Amino acid sequence: MPVAMRMGFFTDTSICIGCKACEVACKEWNNVPDDGLNFLGTSYDNTGGLSSDTWRHVAFIEQPVTVPRLGDDGIRWLMSSDVCKHCTHAACLEVCPTGALFRTEFDTVVVQQDICNGCGYCVPACPFGVIDKREADGRVWKCTLCYDRLKSDLEPACAQACPTQSIQFGPHDELRERAAGRLGVLQDAGVAGAQLYGADETDGVGGFGAFFLLLDKPEVYGLPPDPVVTTRDLPRMWKAAAGAALTLIGAAAVACRRPR
Amino acid sequence: MTAGDSYYGRPVVKAPVWKPAIALYFFTGGVAGASSVLGFAASITGHRRLARSAFVASAAGLAASGPLLVVDLGRPSRFLNMLRVAKPTSPMSVGSWVLTAFGPASMLAAASVVTGRLPRMGRLAAGVAAALGPVVATYTAVLVADTAIPAWHGAHRELPFLFAGSAAASASGIALACTPVTEAGPARRLAVLGAGLELGAFRAMESRLGEVGGPYRDGRAGRLARAAEVCTGAGAALAVLGGRRRRSAAVAAGALLCAGSLCTRFSVFRAGFESAADPAATVGPQRRRADASVRSA
Ligand code: SF4
Repeated sequence: MPVAMRMGFFTDTSICIGCKACEVACKEWNNVPDDGLNFLGTSYDNTGGLSSDTWRHVAFIEQPVTVPRLGDDGIRWLMSSDVCKHCTHAACLEVCPTGALFRTEFDTVVVQQDICNGCGYCVPACPFGVIDKREADGRVWKCTLCYDRLKSDLEPACAQACPTQSIQFGPHDELRERAAGRLGVLQDAGVAGAQLYGADETDGVGGFGAFFLLLDKPEVYGLPPDPVVTTRDLPRMWKAAAGAALTLIGAAAVACRRPR
Repeated sequence: MTAGDSYYGRPVVKAPVWKPAIALYFFTGGVAGASSVLGFAASITGHRRLARSAFVASAAGLAASGPLLVVDLGRPSRFLNMLRVAKPTSPMSVGSWVLTAFGPASMLAAASVVTGRLPRMGRLAAGVAAALGPVVATYTAVLVADTAIPAWHGAHRELPFLFAGSAAASASGIALACTPVTEAGPARRLAVLGAGLELGAFRAMESRLGEVGGPYRDGRAGRLARAAEVCTGAGAALAVLGGRRRRSAAVAAGALLCAGSLCTRFSVFRAGFESAADPAATVGPQRRRADASVRSA
């Protein structure tokens, strides 16, 4: 595999069957600790969301629908395997003060665990709530897009385990073409609501390395509809800080002026 | 927000993992930064007693800040990794470097003014500390604003002014409590200016945020905000009314100003957690933006 090619995931949720093989494979390969034996009462989802101890998360949504020709009420299942987006403009990486978060030769975003000092800045910076601190360990953890496997020419554990190819791994360009084709097929078949999420390079994070085909609005799956990398506004923030700093100096100068 | 606009009401962004030590650091760092500015301004205008109080307060604020920052790390022994790289895109990296330069300068200025030794070196250090102090007092505002938390990011224009005002109010409060009343005139004036900036910036922030600013009005962050308003306002009033004549009034004013500044910092800190927990705060504005861009396209 040629190095310096952007690799990613295309998660086609229209063919996800909710088997959670990806969750299990990820945990096994990456030795991710147990995230609790919880009963959440949220359909078949007892994982809840991505965290330091969950790097693939399958969402289950039971939507009431009216079956068109029969006029019957029923439900439709939406199932989607969520993962770190490996953003083109990754807030986690940009705010990391130690350089522990870095961009690999595959254009993925990975934490170097021997450098992370657990400052936690990346956690609230991620617009998707992906990266998280493992309290017992003190450091932050998230999907590495199986950096170790990629280096050995293997595909990530989740993609390999997915029985329906809902999770597709490959060169980013190729995946985007495939996604556009698949969207066309679904639209021609009249699947309302089918949409690509994160495949647009002009979005607020410059597009995702791991993007999705969804069957409803992103927020239905717990995803932000128009994420923006927070550092986009950083120049404006520093400008405001400069104004505030000068105001502080001015106030001190005015306060200390000797009355004549 | 209807049920279909979130995934079982779960948050979209993660709440910070920072402990209250960090909110406390916003206060101590503010005291350290603003005191170095007040000390320098006081010393070049001949307010020697006041300058001395301010330099000592700056060093004390700094000394308190270091441990607060280190204990919050998941791996405290690796705190030096903060200086492994210099990254302008990370306000925490910028802050670490600025503190590294500010710290010794603030300490040296205080040591020199207390012992009377190395006066020229002390003056140089005081100048360096006064130049960096405003950064120390305001970069923390950029740090919290540079996140995906709606009540923080949306306030990125006002937060630096809020933190600068809060820093000035607390620094002048400490200075006027630790200085004879006849010498503390500049501290009283700075207390009023700082308190005005703090209260004004908070109002401006709230009105800009609109519904995303809910946490600053309701719940624990809202209660802290109201306490801050009362303490800061009362502290500034007491500083000018009673603080001119009686030292006891000046001490009480200083305590109120510090309490107000602390409440402000904790209000902002708490609001971040409450904002992160509410999926509507993240999804609502983004959905409106997305719909608007579809319409305009
Ligand atoms: S989704 Fe979050 S954790 Fe993943 S690269 Fe983007 S900002 Fe970083």
